[in-house]
Amino acid sequence: MKKNGFKAWLYLLPAVIFLGVFMLYPLIDVFVYSFEEGYNSASQTYYGVGGYNYDYVLHDPYFMQALRNTFILVIITVPLSTGLALLISLALNSIKKLRMAFQTIYFLPYVTNTLAVGLVFMILFKKTAYSDGLVNVLINLFGGGSVDFIDGPYWAKMFVLCFYTIWIVLPFKILILTSALASVNETYYKAARIDGTSRWRMFTKITLPMISPMIFYLVITGFIGAFKAYSDSVALFGTDLNAAGMNTIVGYVYDMLYGDSGGYPSYASAAAIILFVIVLTITVINLMISKKKVHY
Amino acid sequence: MKITLKNLTKRFPNRTKNMPDVTAVDNFDLEIPDGKLIGLLGPSGCGKSTALNLISGLETPTEGKIFFDSDDVTDVPPELRGIGLVFQNYALYPHLTVMQNIIFPLENLKGNKKLTKEQMKRKAEEAAKLVQIDGLMERRPSELSGGQQQRVAIARALVKTPRVLLLDEPLSNLDARLRLRTREEIRRIQRETGITTIFVTHDQEEAMSISDLIIVMKDGKIQQTDKPQKVYDDPKNLFVAKFLGTPAINVFVGSIKHGKVFIGDDPVMPVKGIENRPVYVGIRPEGFIPDENGGLKCKLVGVEVMGRDTSIISNHYALEGETIRAIVDSDQAPDSESGEIRFSVKPHKLFIFDKETEERIYINNED
Repeated sequence: MKKNGFKAWLYLLPAVIFLGVFMLYPLIDVFVYSFEEGYNSASQTYYGVGGYNYDYVLHDPYFMQALRNTFILVIITVPLSTGLALLISLALNSIKKLRMAFQTIYFLPYVTNTLAVGLVFMILFKKTAYSDGLVNVLINLFGGGSVDFIDGPYWAKMFVLCFYTIWIVLPFKILILTSALASVNETYYKAARIDGTSRWRMFTKITLPMISPMIFYLVITGFIGAFKAYSDSVALFGTDLNAAGMNTIVGYVYDMLYGDSGGYPSYASAAAIILFVIVLTITVINLMISKKKVHY
Repeated sequence: MKITLKNLTKRFPNRTKNMPDVTAVDNFDLEIPDGKLIGLLGPSGCGKSTALNLISGLETPTEGKIFFDSDDVTDVPPELRGIGLVFQNYALYPHLTVMQNIIFPLENLKGNKKLTKEQMKRKAEEAAKLVQIDGLMERRPSELSGGQQQRVAIARALVKTPRVLLLDEPLSNLDARLRLRTREEIRRIQRETGITTIFVTHDQEEAMSISDLIIVMKDGKIQQTDKPQKVYDDPKNLFVAKFLGTPAINVFVGSIKHGKVFIGDDPVMPVKGIENRPVYVGIRPEGFIPDENGGLKCKLVGVEVMGRDTSIISNHYALEGETIRAIVDSDQAPDSESGEIRFSVKPHKLFIFDKETEERIYINNED
């Protein structure tokens, strides 16, 4: 038994070392930094220990802006993208002809280069000297005035950011959900049909419960992914996100470390720990709900 | 309720391109009497499940008509036909409890058929009691044994009091012991409810033991429809004779010559009024009598004593198949286990079939 234990650890060693060095140690380190006031990474010195970093971060208007942006992004994109993905998957599942073609089309954004997607969004939304962007052309067509989506009002920018995020995460969710739908045994629907079950009831009473594990998986990973959003914002609004008012928590952490106003690892650590606590709380709540709702 | 099938045919397009359609059900003409338990029997792939699906309405026939009593239900969707269907894998909803599963069909009722919560619960409990699972109502299917799941599936099919109950291979997922018990159970439930019940099976013993009527199918065609004993005693063709009975019937290549049935060169029985022709001769295992003066000369291979009966295993050059298995009373068992053994044959256990069509040639030795 003892020998087996030793062997097991030996086999686990490579993974344990890597996880320890690159995951566990930094995590503990960040936690420690977040309580060290005025930590300087070059000289490895600090003035004192306490909650000052948290106090600073939580009173920093830029952080509050980032926090608000992140929450809005999460609350809008996670339900919308999951719902949309479910609708599209259901449609894909119900057609027979051209199903493969459509599946490929819907999966394309997933393998498309982010820069290419960014370019498409430029064409759609960016105001240039020559055009106001395709969306504005459409708005003008219906008699509306042009809106500056990239440098304009807050909600216009937030709309573009949410739109972009949903667009990016949709293909993966569709992929997961179409395979989940396809794996539901056909005889359940036959049995339901014999019993005169309406389509809506089949969906809510059979399809949804059957694929609920997958939906919860997508919701949980969706929440985590959206809370960690940063690159999408950069792709749309450039690197000076504070000025654009479109910063996210991860963006704030980055700025605190390396940005123009950077060089404050203590503040960055405190912000990172706050994000960690938020994500942990939301995930635990998610898991608790899924335990109640997802059976078998 | 009486079910009538008229020229019922179902063809599926072939999966391989440019090949002719596959005919799963071929020109069924059948009348299923009211309140009986009917076994639809045939080897796998013979179209029996398709036939069941046609009756249920899950498949639409290519040709022909289906009548429930005098109503033409050919174009009636399954939910309006008043049928209960039990699937081979039971298709119980895994996320619902037994109670919720049984109540599911009732919750679909609309309009003036709509029931109150109380009525639904009472009906579900009645159905559960009938199949004796009333103590398991709060469990989920995964917490039940195969036999219990089967009962839940039957209860769910019965709760709407269907006009017809259809069971697709109801026993194939159960172990041998449970299978015996469950088939008695199906018999009992059918008797108690009096609902016309059709069950599909590939197990001839299952069909023989509980059906009022057996329909034997092969390649989409009905081979014979009769009472179980009649199908066994009076098979219409070689296929039916071979398909029913354990141990299986012994088939020989033989001929009719000068008013006698020959197996190889051994004369076994006189026949009247049949001209000389090559035939297949089938003899049921219980149709052999060890007899020193018997016509059929076989090479003894072994003797298996099984308590009440003894089975004599022997060989004959004209045999189609591996060995001859004859079942005789223990006191008729041969002394040695090798050498030659001679049999005479019980006339009503011997059937002859046309060599080409494999149809039965009826022997009438009385005047």
